[in-house]
Amino acid sequence: MAESVLAIANVSKSFGALKASDDVSLDLRPGEIHALIGPNGAGKSTLIAQIAGGLKPDAGAIRFLGEDVTHLDTVGRAKLGLGRTFQVSALAMEYTALQNAVLGAMGASGGIFRFFRRALSDQGLRDVAEKALARVGLSDQAGTVTSELSHGQRRQLEVAVALTLNPKAFLMDEPMAGLGEAGSKEMTAFLDSLRSEAPILLVEHDMDAVFTLADRISVLVYGRIIATGTADEIRGDPEVRRAYLGEAV
Amino acid sequence: MSRETLINIALAAILLAVPIWAHFADEPFIITLSTKVAILALAGVGLNLALGLGGLVSFGHAAYFGIGGYAMGILASHAQDYTPFMEWPFVIEGTNQMPIIWLVAVVMSGLAALAIGALSLRTSGIFFIMITLAFGQMFYYFAISWTAYGGEDGVSIYVRNEFPGLNTLDAIQFFALAFTALMLALIFSSRIAKSRFGLALTAARQAEQRVETVGIKPFQLRLTVFVISGMITGLAGALMADLNRFVSPVMLSWQTSGEIMIFVILGGVARLFGPVAGAAMFILMEHILGGFSEFWHGWLGLVLLLIVLFARGGLIGVLAGKEKADG
Repeated sequence: MAESVLAIANVSKSFGALKASDDVSLDLRPGEIHALIGPNGAGKSTLIAQIAGGLKPDAGAIRFLGEDVTHLDTVGRAKLGLGRTFQVSALAMEYTALQNAVLGAMGASGGIFRFFRRALSDQGLRDVAEKALARVGLSDQAGTVTSELSHGQRRQLEVAVALTLNPKAFLMDEPMAGLGEAGSKEMTAFLDSLRSEAPILLVEHDMDAVFTLADRISVLVYGRIIATGTADEIRGDPEVRRAYLGEAV
Repeated sequence: MSRETLINIALAAILLAVPIWAHFADEPFIITLSTKVAILALAGVGLNLALGLGGLVSFGHAAYFGIGGYAMGILASHAQDYTPFMEWPFVIEGTNQMPIIWLVAVVMSGLAALAIGALSLRTSGIFFIMITLAFGQMFYYFAISWTAYGGEDGVSIYVRNEFPGLNTLDAIQFFALAFTALMLALIFSSRIAKSRFGLALTAARQAEQRVETVGIKPFQLRLTVFVISGMITGLAGALMADLNRFVSPVMLSWQTSGEIMIFVILGGVARLFGPVAGAAMFILMEHILGGFSEFWHGWLGLVLLLIVLFARGGLIGVLAGKEKADG
């Protein structure tokens, strides 16, 4: 088995008496889409925050590309190549789609401390940004201010900004949310093609997308991973059915 | 050319034309008033970088303004008394040369902004406002108790400092210096706003998480702009002290911080010429309304209230409309 790109080992995190992450272990292998599902309040967001670097686990370790990143902050992990998208769009709302994508390209290329040349005149940055926008199908909206984009277009822009970083792994928090049926299908097809570039840890509520895309699925309930396996294994798992899927599938 | 650009050019032209007219009409007071507008606008341009681009509501910019002022007062008073500023471990003489005074003012206010920013920028929101205010007050009380330089009375100099090749005692020539400094700061500001640095900084104001997620540290961006901002306001302080030939702790008081902020808000936060419009309006109100009543600040308050309630873009926003995104 190839070495994991991202490995979360025995991670725990409590808020007072609430165990938001309870001895969680999961890994992301090259070329795969690993979906993380679970009912609301299962601790998905807390886990994502710990993987991205916004929260420090109380116990356990997180390894990324073979390196222990448990004590690295968000910026450090981003620089190593962790491309994250947010559940609630965290985009610069006053900026155009292109500016948001250029921001990503700047982060990847470095050289932030340049004060004179207009960033948008930098053809290198523009190329990276425009290519990313084209890939998610947002080329027509490049000049649109983000606050005027539809909800679904912002989800696409989230993914485009992550693409500009050329990441080694994607961490995607509900990229399908609010996309509508057609949009969801397009995004599913796109993510399907993306896995060969970098593996994706996908948190998603859209079960059709999850079962179409995921090579493996982990089910999180009350902070614990109760099962990890292929789509068929998860579908057949009695504990999962009882805890979660019974209502959904 | 956008409407805002046209308005900016018009503002610069008016600010240049009025004192030139006053020069030939022999109205030295108008030249002084115009010089004051240019210098206060410069202080506002400094604050606007932190406040407008960075979203950093610094309520302590009087510190840099005053440090610039005291750089002038201290160096010039030693030059006029023929006493060295210090003798040990090496001799530093005073000077009456503006370029040297400006350099010292910019470096010292930059260092102060570096120290204050490094501590204050760990907080945000109301705490940031309060901690910058507290640092500003520290400098204020220090100046009051610094009897070597006049304590509460401050420092006066008899003759305006010199600039190579110019007669700074001629009001219009001194205005030219202040105006040039303002224009250079404005050009610098307009470049920085659209640069890589400005793009990332403004993004950090809108979506901090996003900036971190692309691998950029918002703290570094903010500290850098805070230092640049302090330096420009410090330069304005040195010019202001030279205009008045006087510096006192009033320059360091929190009211001064408030006034610099008022210039920016009146004219338009994050608008390039906002501080110019704001400072001009402030000085005009002070001059015209102040003629009727000592309590003209009440009217200022009313205008400020109207702008905050109905015209967030300030004067520039009212004239030029909403700002367009770059590209």
